[in-house]
Amino acid sequence: MLRLAFLRLLAAVPTLLLLVALAFFMMRAAPGGPFDSERVLPPEVTAQLEAAYHLDEPLWQQFARYLGGLARGDLGPSFQYAEFSVNELIAQGLPVSLRIGLGAMVLAIVLGCGAGILAALRQNRFTDHAVMTLAMTGMSIPVFVVAPLMILLFAVTLGWLPAGGWDGGWRSMVLPVLALALPQVAIMARLMRGSMIEVLTSNYIRTARAKGLRGWQVVLGHALRPALMPVLSYLGPATAGIITGSVVIEQIFGVPGIGRYFVQGALNRDYTLVMGVVVFYGVLIIAFNFLVDLLYGVLDPRVRQS
Amino acid sequence: MKRSQQALEAAARGRSLWADARRRLFANRAAMTALIVLVLMSVLVLFGPLFSPWAFDYVDFDGDWRAPPQLEGQHYFGTDQIGRDLFVRTLVGGQISLMVGVVATLVSLLIGVSYGAIAGYFGGRIDAFMMRAVDILYAMPFMFLVILLMVVFGRHLILIFVAIGAINWLDMARIVRGQTLALRNREFITAARAAGVTDGRIIRRHIVPNLLGVVAVYVTLTIPQVILVESFLSFLGLGVQEPATSWGALVNDGARDMEAAPWTLAFPAGFLALTLFCFNFLGDGLRDALDPKDR
Repeated sequence: MLRLAFLRLLAAVPTLLLLVALAFFMMRAAPGGPFDSERVLPPEVTAQLEAAYHLDEPLWQQFARYLGGLARGDLGPSFQYAEFSVNELIAQGLPVSLRIGLGAMVLAIVLGCGAGILAALRQNRFTDHAVMTLAMTGMSIPVFVVAPLMILLFAVTLGWLPAGGWDGGWRSMVLPVLALALPQVAIMARLMRGSMIEVLTSNYIRTARAKGLRGWQVVLGHALRPALMPVLSYLGPATAGIITGSVVIEQIFGVPGIGRYFVQGALNRDYTLVMGVVVFYGVLIIAFNFLVDLLYGVLDPRVRQS
Repeated sequence: MKRSQQALEAAARGRSLWADARRRLFANRAAMTALIVLVLMSVLVLFGPLFSPWAFDYVDFDGDWRAPPQLEGQHYFGTDQIGRDLFVRTLVGGQISLMVGVVATLVSLLIGVSYGAIAGYFGGRIDAFMMRAVDILYAMPFMFLVILLMVVFGRHLILIFVAIGAINWLDMARIVRGQTLALRNREFITAARAAGVTDGRIIRRHIVPNLLGVVAVYVTLTIPQVILVESFLSFLGLGVQEPATSWGALVNDGARDMEAAPWTLAFPAGFLALTLFCFNFLGDGLRDALDPKDR
């Protein structure tokens, strides 16, 4: 088990390096510099600015410096918000993004698995078809279409919830979390249904039924754990999906999280901020994938041996 | 004697993979409906703009802004925030969205199938190395890199194709490699090798044709994903550039204006969702029809 963890960790290193290198050199290849403006600055000022941000060094040295900073957890200064570092900006947005993201993840797992199990137990009957059609609809309608529709329905027409903004209360959390979770609910429901149907046809389930266990005991006690494996391995992509979706959702609902900084940074050409967010989220996704791999090993002994 | 042989041949022909799959697909009413809708959608998107007097980038300065859908002004879907005809814009945007979907999927198809087939066919160390590279790339948060790419290099349609295609080939490579591993020890491959056929030719003539079923399913499921990615970029303002448009860009405009002019959101969003829905249904149907697991 420890060996497996070590190997997985080792595999994450090149991914991480590649990500940082791609982000770094892409940013440097961008036409124009961060201090280009309408006003032409005197050359001394530009030189001083560049020296202050180490932009006058050779590229590989800058890259080494960035990597060194990264190793210490330092993502560098933001070009746009001169008084903040990228770390501070991310730290400001993190609690909010985390709450919405975790909320969406929990909702997706609970709702998705529940709907999937329900559909599997009613295979090829009305409930099954209804749940699967709904799931297909959920997969086909993009988050950025669902979100405005939800605002129109729940905020504008019914007036139950605020249309946007953030006061830290649950009322301003409901719509963003729901919008973020919906596509993942749909995908998880489809996964869960498929694997549950497969597990329910296996021999040991027949044995469990034959020895007289009730339906729900068989499902929850015997079938659930193996049936959860495909859903578990989907958690990595799901995290990536929720994080990506949060970029749009935070913009639509005016949530002051990391995603909104990302969009603003992108539009303002604040390269260090954009890059910092990419690296931060990249590390998060890679770390989460690593955890899921480990969890997989814990839940499925066969993985440990191979 | 001859007769029974003919009967045998007929029976064999009747149970060929593709005939079987076609029969199963035709029997699947949801998938067939999806297919018909997609064909109609393509025809509408391609030829619909010819039936409107408006150009997709014609701005009406007389103030016919946010006109609701109507027949007399021939604004069938109404007009947008600056008086452009939404019917034509939705269809022209659809051209871009569908084109991105198909072209980027072809890019990923080309890379993925060659990569996967080569890795699977040669096996051993080459395979291990190539698939390790895929594993490393697989864990990358590509969506963010694509966004970075669009921010840094500006919004080029070709860049969108390449960027999206470059993300999606990974899945394709894995699937194709798995299938190729299963194929490469079959007798007909050994026979071809014994007959002195070169590796490249074996891959092209014997491996790839046998992958078509899996690939067809996967292509159908990739197209909606790609359309979704493009519309996501356009929604963030990083996709196609004005006055050209795509469904994602139109949804973005519409969402900002949905209270005053709900039709500016409804039509592009409806077209986008319907198209994605149909592709997903068709892909599911194809999978059911072609899945080797069921045979």
